[in-house]
Amino acid sequence: MHQTETVQDEVQSGAPAPRLGRAIVLTSGKGGVGKTTTTANLGTALAYRGARVVLVDADIGLRNLDIVLGLESRVKHHLLDVLEERASLDEALVPGKHSEFLFLLAAAQSREKDEVDTAKMKALISSLRERFDYVLIDCPAGIELGFRNAVAGADEAIVICTPEVAAVRDVDRVVGLLGNRFRPQLVINRLRPNLVKKGKMLSVEDVNAILRLPLLGVIADEPEIIVTTNRGEPLALRRETPTGAAYHAIAARVAGEDVPPPMPAAPKVTILERVGSLFGGRRA
Amino acid sequence: MMDFLKRLFGQSGSSTTAKERLRLVLMTDHLELSPELIEAMKRDLVDVISRHVEVDRDKIEVNFERQDSALAMLANIPILSVSRPNGNPTLVPVETVQSPTAANVAQPPVRKRRRRAAKKAAATSAAPASAAAQ
Repeated sequence: MHQTETVQDEVQSGAPAPRLGRAIVLTSGKGGVGKTTTTANLGTALAYRGARVVLVDADIGLRNLDIVLGLESRVKHHLLDVLEERASLDEALVPGKHSEFLFLLAAAQSREKDEVDTAKMKALISSLRERFDYVLIDCPAGIELGFRNAVAGADEAIVICTPEVAAVRDVDRVVGLLGNRFRPQLVINRLRPNLVKKGKMLSVEDVNAILRLPLLGVIADEPEIIVTTNRGEPLALRRETPTGAAYHAIAARVAGEDVPPPMPAAPKVTILERVGSLFGGRRA
Repeated sequence: MMDFLKRLFGQSGSSTTAKERLRLVLMTDHLELSPELIEAMKRDLVDVISRHVEVDRDKIEVNFERQDSALAMLANIPILSVSRPNGNPTLVPVETVQSPTAANVAQPPVRKRRRRAAKKAAATSAAPASAAAQ
């Protein structure tokens, strides 16, 4: 009767009988916290694992995900074309540059968010779930119709938060709006361990003392991310970098693997620092 | 606890400020008191207090704070002068004004501030501000 272990092992894949993929919305409320970058990198890392992944840019009117993935010149049709049946799904799906498992469904650039029919969006996401293991939906900022449309077809949520008062507040609000159905998990982005050490930035513990969400991982604020975004090559392609590896660890956790959430390393000493931080991090 | 120690050692980074601001802002968010309602409460508070002392309407601050398990409303109402129009001894018990929607809103801090205000009034004028005690 050693069933407990096997049960836990099986829980991880999360794919029920008809083998529907998982539709995960990446959201934050606040803009500029790194939803798109996270979507691109998580998608890249999941595809590296051999999962079939489609990234859906739900930020209608402000197409970005294609840029981050370096696919901007290959986009011929977009989400609204598919919803309004001007293009088939196959025509609109853009294959990724670096993986045969990764696809992009781009947003419309010259249209309005409220042109999306929520019911149609829901139907589209379910048809994508039949073809892919992961449907990652890059949600627009805000909590209006664009948000609701992006969330409509999803069954899970990953919330992205930076260690800032405004970002935490917005995530708190978004999590309230999502309710329990989406079992939101947290990615903390743009952490600067040095600043945390000096008491100049909210720590992971500070943020999650408030949000109290399952932590997928923490991504450091690295210049590398800007450089790779400039080039249109997600950092997750470079697994040897600490941040690239962190995205892969997050992907492993999303896939249900029991690896610890990645934490950006603070420069040297850890235990001493923790004790030191008890007494205030030196200068304010 | 950590915060207490930090304060004790007189050192705290701006992250402490961030934490504190976050705590306050989320508390108000979760209260779901609309800004209009808070404004209305402020107005009513001031109206009542103005019956007895002259207050600075522009500098009134209303905040919410967690105290143990209860929530407290803190009103900071600067008093300009204690001269009252034809002194009315029947002071309205201030407690009646300070009940926002939630039942778990505790009153002590408000009462404290009030009492201090009343004391100030009593100290500077001969008027029977102590009537508040009744």
